[in-house]
Amino acid sequence: MSQAAVHSAVEPAETPLTPDSWGKLGMWIFLAGDAVGFGTLLAAYGMMRATSGDWPNPYAVLGINLTAAMTFLLICSSVTMVKALEWLGNGDRAKAKVYLFLTALGGAIFVSLQAYEWSHLIHRGLHINGNPWGAALFGTSFFIVTGFHGLHVTGGVIYLVAMIRYVSNRPQPAASYNAVEITGLYWHFVDLVWIMVFTFMYLL
Amino acid sequence: MATAHKHPNYMAIFWYLAILTVVELAVIFMPLGKVTIGVLLCALALGKATLVAMYFMHLRFETRTLGLVAVTPLVIATLLVFVLLPDGFAVVHQTVEKKAAATEPAKH
Repeated sequence: MSQAAVHSAVEPAETPLTPDSWGKLGMWIFLAGDAVGFGTLLAAYGMMRATSGDWPNPYAVLGINLTAAMTFLLICSSVTMVKALEWLGNGDRAKAKVYLFLTALGGAIFVSLQAYEWSHLIHRGLHINGNPWGAALFGTSFFIVTGFHGLHVTGGVIYLVAMIRYVSNRPQPAASYNAVEITGLYWHFVDLVWIMVFTFMYLL
Repeated sequence: MATAHKHPNYMAIFWYLAILTVVELAVIFMPLGKVTIGVLLCALALGKATLVAMYFMHLRFETRTLGLVAVTPLVIATLLVFVLLPDGFAVVHQTVEKKAAATEPAKH
């Protein structure tokens, strides 16, 4: 009793962990680890680029029209994700499932566009071990970083499709709210990482 | 309960993100110095990332513990850049020396 009083006096702003917030904490810790993975890749990219004398101008080689559209698409899919959660909170399971589907669709289109972009660039001579424009590491880092992100999007699409089933199988819309919110954390993280990748690998 | 935390205005965040993306695209065409463009792009990207984390990922409405978990990788990534810098300079030195060595025999 007295211990609880002391505890709340020390940290009045913190709420105690509940089974719901454990799941959220778990996802955040996973995402923090994943973020270090992406951070490492981008830092290494920056290092290789800064120390290379013949790094191609990414903006000129890669083109940004398609990727700008892809960025916009991913932002839109983030919005449909939060809308899905909002409808679930309002108790409308059917609408929530439609928005979850739209989010998965956005991700699937994103990966398809990336596959199109890759095949186009490979055709023009950008390979993992060399390219006609300069430093060989340009192709290496491009394919590894965008590929790592693309795998995350692919995983996210599978995750989202599984969640549509999960929402259908719960007796009450509120029963799946927390799980869908955690899915959203993952999806928004993938969006956040793309914002960074787009800026550092295409625009800079 | 889950519905206890209030929802931010998601559409407003969407428009902020869309506008910031257009600004990013506009910045690379502006007649500015390379460093200025770089700094502007980094600032804009960080701003967008913050918007996504704060509102879409609800970090603004969460406990401090989750905030700490979220900030940790940012600190690690920043430290990593400084850890990599000495290696980077070493590579530059080597390249310069190699180039010097390659041009020297031609003089003799």
